[in-house]
Amino acid sequence: MLIGTISHWRKQLLAGSISPSELVEEIARNIDSRNPGINAYISANKEAALAEAARADLSLPLGGIPLAVKDNICIQGEPTRCASRILENFVSPYDATAVCKLRAAGAIPFGRANMDEFAMGSYGKNSAFGATDNPAAPGHAPGGSSSGSAAAVAGGMAIAALGSDTGGSIRQPASHCGIVGLKPTYGRISRYGLVAFASSLDQIGPLTQNVEDAALLLNALCGHDAKDSTSSSHPTEDFTAGLGRDIKGKRIGLPKEYLSSGNDPAVAAALDKAVHTLTKLDAEVVEISLPHAEAVVAAYYIIACAEASSNLSRFDGIRYGHRTANTNGLDELYSRSRAEGFGPEVKRRIILGTYVLSSGFYDAYYAKAQKVRALVAQDFTAAFEQVDFIIGPVSPTPAPALNDTSMSPLQVYLSDIYTIPANLAGLPGISVPCPQPEGARPIGIQLLGRHFAETDLLRVASALESALA
Amino acid sequence: MDTQALIDVAYIAKLAKVELTAEETERFSGDLNQVLAYVQQLEKWDTSAVEPMYHPLPVFDALRPDVPGESLSNEAAMANAPQQEDGQVRVPKVVESAH
Repeated sequence: MLIGTISHWRKQLLAGSISPSELVEEIARNIDSRNPGINAYISANKEAALAEAARADLSLPLGGIPLAVKDNICIQGEPTRCASRILENFVSPYDATAVCKLRAAGAIPFGRANMDEFAMGSYGKNSAFGATDNPAAPGHAPGGSSSGSAAAVAGGMAIAALGSDTGGSIRQPASHCGIVGLKPTYGRISRYGLVAFASSLDQIGPLTQNVEDAALLLNALCGHDAKDSTSSSHPTEDFTAGLGRDIKGKRIGLPKEYLSSGNDPAVAAALDKAVHTLTKLDAEVVEISLPHAEAVVAAYYIIACAEASSNLSRFDGIRYGHRTANTNGLDELYSRSRAEGFGPEVKRRIILGTYVLSSGFYDAYYAKAQKVRALVAQDFTAAFEQVDFIIGPVSPTPAPALNDTSMSPLQVYLSDIYTIPANLAGLPGISVPCPQPEGARPIGIQLLGRHFAETDLLRVASALESALA
Repeated sequence: MDTQALIDVAYIAKLAKVELTAEETERFSGDLNQVLAYVQQLEKWDTSAVEPMYHPLPVFDALRPDVPGESLSNEAAMANAPQQEDGQVRVPKVVESAH
């Protein structure tokens, strides 16, 4: 169902066999026919995309390429709803820096991808605009929170998409939908114009059909931004430089804590296969240990919810967003607007975050979690003294059925165990699909690298992708 | 520890300024007491010699020169305001008028 990669369409555009407007029309046709069943998009403004296509500059690296954008990344003049009722009528007055950079590279933002509300969720079900189906495993969740971004790409309704990853929200839906998802190093891509969930964990990144496209998008997206004080001044590079090169002698760590009996047999088999494949490519796979691996979910949900409770306090019904019609005073205006605007998972996390930051509990929960976070980061520092990369699962299981309501919030949180560490430690991570038998649900393999080692990470990911294909 | 006693959801919801229904209060109490019971496991890690890590990478260059730049027009900044008057946001009365 895929629609052709960025490099495929760039060749077609440069050869003149299709025009940018015709490419937008082709994608719009797929959206019209498939989106009613998949619900990957909340909206798609074809007229705006066609207007940009008409003046597309094909000499630019992404010239004429339409890209889907997650609904929490601002596009000027377009709704940015974060799949929430509280922002249902919000129209962004500016472009996120990531969107500016895509435009500067010639790309055309087209389509607001559905998501878990405010990026809080693992299955795409927490959207005020309805759940998203998984085109690669119909009837199953596409993963989350970048559910629509992954489903749009997997369903041939986008060439590639932007997502955001706070605890796995790019890598896990990529894994469940059988595509590639890259979370860059913290600070690689400006967060200006990304609606904040947990500011010390959030990172924008690409969801693509292959590793090469992820490198091409990263080339356009990176760089310091004065509007995001945490964006890094680390030099950008040509992230395609390592693609197609051998990985002989690279040392890849397999954490023994990731070989849990809780992994689905299909996930364990995919990991085995990937490890075997890397060995055949003359990489050296060695067992390592991440002693605090079991602590990450507890530390993460305290930190992420604490930051969220603070970040989401701006949604108060005053300056923008939903305001209740039913109020007698300011205090009621706040609490009722928020009650009407936020969905259940967002409320749950705001309350958890408010609790762990409240007087008397701060040290026991929030400060403790930040200390355990330091221990988790130290595990990786030690591991990267022995190895160049770390391999592991993305998710303990393939995508659950869409109508599966058996999991408690805690059980859903626990499924993020393998993706959370990269966010806590700020490391780059990528999910690469491990091809499955016909009819089986997709499964991705995760590779993690040192801070700012994306070029090398993409090199190993691309070698693995080619050898698995 | 009695896990039902960990969090008073109704009180915290007031602090967070989110009005909850009785049904939500009860459901979230169950959900969050389960989550809080789970996160107690952090106690088992010795962190006496560890500094808290508030940020994944050291940030040294967060300050920039304070110079005027381009910003949104009043009209653009106000375009999303749910209620406005004379280019300003309207809110319910917050102080009693002095007589």
